[in-house]
Amino acid sequence: MAINPKKHEMPVQDAKVRARNFDEVALGYDEENAVNEALRCLNCVNKPCVSGCPVNISIPEFISKIKEKDYEGAYQVINKSSSLPAVCGRVCPQENQCEGKCTLGIKFEPVGIGRLERFVADYHNANNNKEIECPKDNGHKVAVVGSGPSGLTCAGDLAKKGYKVTVYEALHTAGGVLVYGIPEFRLPKAIVAKEVDTLKKLGVDVETNVVIGKTLTIDELFEMGYEAVFVGSGAGLPNFMGIPGESLKGVYSANEFLTRSNLMKAFRNNPVTPIMKGGKVAIVGGGNVAMDAARTALRLGAEHVYVVYRRSMEELPARKEEVEHAIEEGVDFRLLNNPVEILGYNNPDNPRDERNGFVTGMKCIRMELGEPDERGRRRPVPVADSEFVLDVDTVVISIGTSPNPLIKDTTPGLEINSHGGIIINEDALTSRNAVYAGGDAVTGAATVISAMGAGKLAARSIDEYLSKK
Amino acid sequence: MYRIIRKKRLNPTVTMMDIESPLVARKAKPGQFIILRVDEDGERIPLTVAGVNEEEGSVKIIFQIVGATTKLLDAKEENEYIEDFVGPLGKATDIEGKKSVCIVGGGVGCAIALPIAEALYKEGCEVTSIIGFKNKDILILEDEFRNNSKDLYITTDDGSYGEKANVTVPLKRLLESGKKFDEVITIGPLIMMKFVVATCKEYGVPCTVSMNPIMIDGTGMCGGCRLTLNVDGKKVTKFACVDGPDFNGYEVDFDEAMSRGRMYFDFERHAYEETCNLLNKEVR
Repeated sequence: MAINPKKHEMPVQDAKVRARNFDEVALGYDEENAVNEALRCLNCVNKPCVSGCPVNISIPEFISKIKEKDYEGAYQVINKSSSLPAVCGRVCPQENQCEGKCTLGIKFEPVGIGRLERFVADYHNANNNKEIECPKDNGHKVAVVGSGPSGLTCAGDLAKKGYKVTVYEALHTAGGVLVYGIPEFRLPKAIVAKEVDTLKKLGVDVETNVVIGKTLTIDELFEMGYEAVFVGSGAGLPNFMGIPGESLKGVYSANEFLTRSNLMKAFRNNPVTPIMKGGKVAIVGGGNVAMDAARTALRLGAEHVYVVYRRSMEELPARKEEVEHAIEEGVDFRLLNNPVEILGYNNPDNPRDERNGFVTGMKCIRMELGEPDERGRRRPVPVADSEFVLDVDTVVISIGTSPNPLIKDTTPGLEINSHGGIIINEDALTSRNAVYAGGDAVTGAATVISAMGAGKLAARSIDEYLSKK
Repeated sequence: MYRIIRKKRLNPTVTMMDIESPLVARKAKPGQFIILRVDEDGERIPLTVAGVNEEEGSVKIIFQIVGATTKLLDAKEENEYIEDFVGPLGKATDIEGKKSVCIVGGGVGCAIALPIAEALYKEGCEVTSIIGFKNKDILILEDEFRNNSKDLYITTDDGSYGEKANVTVPLKRLLESGKKFDEVITIGPLIMMKFVVATCKEYGVPCTVSMNPIMIDGTGMCGGCRLTLNVDGKKVTKFACVDGPDFNGYEVDFDEAMSRGRMYFDFERHAYEETCNLLNKEVR
């Protein structure tokens, strides 16, 4: 049988329709699509896809189960390695991981592994009614700081081995970046809630409203009887550009903009937490977070959304799929442009004018690519006398984050690197005995799946450490 | 869920509550704040800690009914619950080693100033307190301040109680008469703090201000609470939630903070009116 050179298309909401609603963009494979896509897998001997997966899911094995229409069996295969399949099937950058290594991909499009993973997870969530059994308690207590992807993974893996795990979350809802950062249209919050629920059924306690470093310190967690601690507290404070006008009204960090919409539900009608809707919006930056912010702005009702990025499309760090979706939805990419000043309204005759201090535009300068920098990326350099003003009333700065100081400031002996990230060894152990760390708190902003991989590694190391004790 | 142990109306627009929250009570120090949500899907609002009772495991908050959320909170009764209560957040006020401090509080800001006055007084510091209100009807915590200060000065805008003046008037008089303070600590409306700082500058007295900007997470994630400091002629961005809420008053850009504080003014006024209508309907 000839192999279909292309992946089966992912059904999506029409671009014009979805650009104005918060429902999920990608609709997911049906059974027929899933089985046919699974049949594209060559089941090759080397299984390069498995090594491309940060949590080493037995990919050909679960795909074989789909071929046999044993979807629950496929889920059980994934579940052995991943605690959050419904999440990963949606937000992993598969093109750089499993699918990037797929043998089929040498000649054709790789197998749609991410799409199949999502199908299997959604099938399980819709059809499985079996109660999860709580594993037998092994008598050891572990605390996990943060309920984002690394914390949830670490907690899940340890709970399955019988550890009594408590997850401490600073916000009022568990999920970390999956809840406050990634928008509903890419990752419905009901899916995150379901994954957290599964962990609770495994016996994990989730304590919201506890800020480790403030409400409790790491040392106090040990005094409370926890024998090991995993720190997955995530990235931290948003970076700003340091240009004039960044404190004007209408300038947000991407974290604030997305938190208002996602966590605080500002996208709803009659929200209790306000957000600036409508008008013309400029997103500064080119990462996945910038794409999320741009597409959120559209859905909130913006007239026009720009993505302003100082390099070219080739260097743009966001996932290709996200960029394509954004373009289809009408996001206007202004590449090789760099903001130099945000302009605000100022009525010199009336200091009480309510419009004073609101954004009226963003002055940018055109850039061109010069010599490559130390990482081999061509450095953008300003073109002389090329300044112009972009007519906008909201600006969202999405140029990364710097680590949060709360844990390092209150944990003596915890070593951090020059970027503020927690230093760990190859077993995810920090400079403090029995304190492990992973995810963005260690690496700075990265992906959901790499954080999950880090949580997994830490769970393995904690298990080794405590089973020897 | 967090139980309201005690509730007391201090004046028609200011309410005091003790909230059961043992973990926060164990840690909270004067100057720190908490974030609460009244109910599910509610807004997160920051309130500065007005006192703790460690034995009881309770944290005291004093709030002015200014918007939809504080209106909803005020509608809660004793033994009812609020959805979320997290803290203590921010850095505590630095009270160590101070011999003579002047506390300047304005309006509901006095609620936050009181625990600082208490802590200093307990440490043996000579505390002078100046508290200002619009009028006699909304005066709060007079006895408490009297019990924790060597000298207490009260001002009202309309002269219905104490001296008819702004808080800066007695402050200036004290400084003019040669009174020496290690520091002035001021908490209240931004415009008041701005003028207290200006008065202190004239006499070269260090002045600490407690900032209360718009916040969401309060843990150093969203950056909404940023403010600009002028440090040695350079503009520096700081985050009130993790770097503050106390700052060197000489460095704070008050005009910017005041402007940012009004970002959602229309939205908030509308939400407040809607909430009032809703509560009135329930009463009927």
